[in-house]
Amino acid sequence: MVASTLGNNGAKARVEDEIFGRGRDLRGSGFRTLLLSCLGVSLLVLVVLMVQVVSDGWSVLSTRPIDFLTGVLRSQPGDDALGISQGLVGSFWIAVFVTFLAFPVGIAAAVYLEEYAKQNRVTTIIDTAVRNLAGVPSVVYGLLGLFLLVKGSKYTNWLFVHPFNWFWKLFKDEAAFQGQSTLIAGGMTLAILVLPIVIITAAEAIRAVPSSLRQGAYGVGATKWDVIRTQVLPYAAPGILTGTLLSLSRAIGEAAPLILVGAITGRLAPRESVLSGIGSFTEQFADKFTAMPIVIVGWIRQPGETFQPAAGAAIVVLLILVIAMNSVAVALRNYFEKKRG
Amino acid sequence: MTDVGINAPELGRVSEISIETLAGPKKRARKEAAIRSFFFFAASVSVLISVLIVGSLMKETWTFVSEVDWSVTWGEIGWFPRQGLYDMPTLLVSSLIVTIVAMLVAGPLGLGSAIYLSEYASKRTRKFLKPILEVLAGVPSVVLGFFALVFISPQVIERIGRNGWLVIGALIIVVYLMLVLGWARQLVRREAGTELSTQVKRVMVLTLLVASALILIWWVNGVAGSSDPEAANFFTVKGSGQLAAAAVGVGILTIPLVASVSEDALASVPDELRQASAGLGARKMTTTVQVVLPAAVSGIVAAFIIGVSRAMGETMVVFLAGGAADQAEFTASPFDGGMTMTAAMASLATGTDSVVGEALTFQSLFFVGSVLFLITLALNIVASRFVNRVREKY
Amino acid sequence: MVEANPPIDEIAKGVRMSIDSSDMAPAAALDTPEQISADDLVFDVSDLSVYYGDFRAVRDVNMLIKRKEITALIGPSGCGKSTVLRSFNRMNDLIPTARVEGDLLYRGVDLYDPRVDPVEVRRRIGMVFQKPNPFPKSIYDNVAYGPRVAGKKKGLDDVVESSLKKAALWDEVKDRLQESAIGMSGGQQQRLSIARAIASDPEVLLMDEPCSALDPIATARIEELMAELKDEYTILIVTHNMQQAARVSDRTAFFSVQVDEANDRRTGLLVEYTNTEKLFSNPDDERTENYITGRFG
Ligand SMILES: Nc1ncnc2c1ncn2[C@@H]1O[C@H](COP(=O)(O)OP(=O)(O)O)[C@@H](O)[C@H]1O
Ligand SMILES: [Mg+2]
Repeated sequence: MVASTLGNNGAKARVEDEIFGRGRDLRGSGFRTLLLSCLGVSLLVLVVLMVQVVSDGWSVLSTRPIDFLTGVLRSQPGDDALGISQGLVGSFWIAVFVTFLAFPVGIAAAVYLEEYAKQNRVTTIIDTAVRNLAGVPSVVYGLLGLFLLVKGSKYTNWLFVHPFNWFWKLFKDEAAFQGQSTLIAGGMTLAILVLPIVIITAAEAIRAVPSSLRQGAYGVGATKWDVIRTQVLPYAAPGILTGTLLSLSRAIGEAAPLILVGAITGRLAPRESVLSGIGSFTEQFADKFTAMPIVIVGWIRQPGETFQPAAGAAIVVLLILVIAMNSVAVALRNYFEKKRG
Repeated sequence: MTDVGINAPELGRVSEISIETLAGPKKRARKEAAIRSFFFFAASVSVLISVLIVGSLMKETWTFVSEVDWSVTWGEIGWFPRQGLYDMPTLLVSSLIVTIVAMLVAGPLGLGSAIYLSEYASKRTRKFLKPILEVLAGVPSVVLGFFALVFISPQVIERIGRNGWLVIGALIIVVYLMLVLGWARQLVRREAGTELSTQVKRVMVLTLLVASALILIWWVNGVAGSSDPEAANFFTVKGSGQLAAAAVGVGILTIPLVASVSEDALASVPDELRQASAGLGARKMTTTVQVVLPAAVSGIVAAFIIGVSRAMGETMVVFLAGGAADQAEFTASPFDGGMTMTAAMASLATGTDSVVGEALTFQSLFFVGSVLFLITLALNIVASRFVNRVREKY
Repeated sequence: MVEANPPIDEIAKGVRMSIDSSDMAPAAALDTPEQISADDLVFDVSDLSVYYGDFRAVRDVNMLIKRKEITALIGPSGCGKSTVLRSFNRMNDLIPTARVEGDLLYRGVDLYDPRVDPVEVRRRIGMVFQKPNPFPKSIYDNVAYGPRVAGKKKGLDDVVESSLKKAALWDEVKDRLQESAIGMSGGQQQRLSIARAIASDPEVLLMDEPCSALDPIATARIEELMAELKDEYTILIVTHNMQQAARVSDRTAFFSVQVDEANDRRTGLLVEYTNTEKLFSNPDDERTENYITGRFG
């Protein structure tokens, strides 16, 4: 209609331009592009990083992928037995420690903070402790592990070392833990490290539980524990699971604390095979250990570039593990967010 | 007055009941109390750990502080722990350089990403863009350390080192290119409604863009080749691995953190503000820059402080790509190799005599750890103040 | 009685003594509140106030509630109806700042005696909420929830069936008991909430605006249901719908708000409590009159 009164199409375009503001807002679209390119740079970095590690590791991954997974630490880069099995086993046991120590304690702490805690001094102290722990650099957790679990002392041993040995003796005769650079020290240190992350993510998931569910349950005479058991935890489970997966992948990728507690970066006496290694739990727990990120650090720090293919290949394996865990976690969260509207 | 009950069970009830009936079984109360104490115990583990961290840091730090010769801890003498020289400025300045450079990378990129995700991206594009940051957040720091050593250092930092001033020119071109991109986008949009073949125009515009990008790359490369390697200046790279390379790696690791805290801050700005601004005829950019960002400023400041704290505490990237092993000279140039507090700790802990070492080596580890702990703690406390300020406001 | 505040004193008198049942034919069938025999008395509320922190949300509630009757709580929004209702089964305990003063006797026992376990109270005095809040479980598990947390393991099928029947829902859902309750219509969900409350075998049902989220047809069904449930249960219902209160209830309590100009604080108070017929046809208090004729609130 407007166009016909104005007579020609050019005028129509100009009016539309003004109304829709097209073409005028050059700065605006430049700004938008600039913002988008910030994400673009992150993407670019990721792509270049992936290409770099895959191309570095390609010579290993393409020729002897299985041998590399089952091989052991060696001092010659061309060694046929060179591989990451010890790192994988170490990382696996660290994941076990995190799962059995950090998850139960962390989730329980979150339940306390969200369901039980009243507004008082004690709660404030716990809350502050959790939030500040989440910001402590990981290397400082390494110092804690070094002081408490590796060096140990008459008094501090009562906190972790003795209880652990007591627990252990329920199953085995010998004391597992001598207070050295053992897998136990590494696993416990990382469990402590991810604890605040578990607490914070679990608390967030619990906070998202609609209060109408709690009210409904209390309204028909449920006790607090009934409400937690039958309403809060089931509803928050996907969110909690997401958080635990994220913290697990964090634990698998951490290197600094393990270096501090003395994970082996160089040569580690090989067991005959991965399977026989898994067969003797106690020996492994009480023995020197390494883990995936530490294997990688060890190889990167070798002089020259001789270990670069091995390091690249090990990184590819680590990235697959970590990114798989993260993706499952994120997919899980998105799925449930969508399902619940 | 007896109301004859309709249902039989009711008849059995007497009107008055005893308080015991409502007191509930003792067993249930005991069980609930036990469960409660279990949860409380779990929650207090965090407090215990905090105390243990402070305690374990304090014990060895005290030994160090009381036994060290203070003259070897302050000056620009370098960090040589195995020779009994524990020069803090060497570590502090390196840490500072890494933090600043990392934040130059992570600050703008993280904030920019956050603004795009929260203000511009539609729900659908968000779904594709957000995972970029999520994947980046999951990359272990050893991987970034490797990447910084084998890619960022030779491909980026050494290039910049060789062509310091020219790179600044290149940056200007990049900004120019972005403006062109924005203009091209407008062009495509504007033609979208007309009868002319928009497909053809799109292809033309894209070709133009790709061509100018190629020319830019060629130009930078050519300039890089022709530069004179002998003329040393501020940008000159001296060894393999530099603080700057490590810092860029640290910055990349910090992007997702800055982005997610900033995004939270932006999300907490009420929509009414945006609508009010739009209602007054403001364009999207004006609304974003003049209304949303100022409203979220506390949260964004918090994001930067948390980023700084994270960058300062990052260990493996600097340890692997910072260009110093075991010991370091004092340096104030990002293009030199250097040793941050974190890298110094990791270095002390590797090697055969790792945690024993000479004299106060073991204790110095804890001393450096205490300094790092105090700095990051202070930063985190300040950041949480800012976060709380946002919460109170809306 | 409260001495300090003359107008309140009068209100209290009004509640306890004003009604002459011979005034009205239908009301004559009911006892006036003060005539309720001790045998039939379920709640005896005197001088009840509820605070949120320092804020006194509602004050001077005096009510006698008779067994197997429907008592409606009406009044403008924010006058403390929900607050009072929640104090009948100690749901207010879940709000950290909430605090109750005065006496609330349930069959002779002070509900706020420190020895009383709120869980036990809620098993006898069930609650239905404004918004239907089915648990994200199957229909069966929703209804069986109360008995289960009370430790009952056998005979759940029978309890579920009879509760659903009483809630007039059995015919609609008997073939899909294992399906999720989330997929039901709003009206069905609310009847499920009622079934869930009934399944714990309570004596009293508290309902906080149970129909406000429902369409007229679903509302009519709930009203019918309440008339049936009255044979077995004592019901307290909060409603913002005066017609509903007039239709379903035997007695009605009208709450109002008093604004303290000095500090701009609004406190709810019980203005008039009497037989429903009387309250809606011939209220004693001018404020009630104004409210029910639409001149207020
Ligand atoms: N959880 C609470 N904390 C603080 N104040 C509350 C809370 N719930 C209700 N109130 C206040 O108590 C008063 C009465 O509220 P409510 O009982 O919900 O009224 P009604 O149900 O009659 O609308 C209101 O002023 C309300 O703001
Ligand atoms: Mg209400």
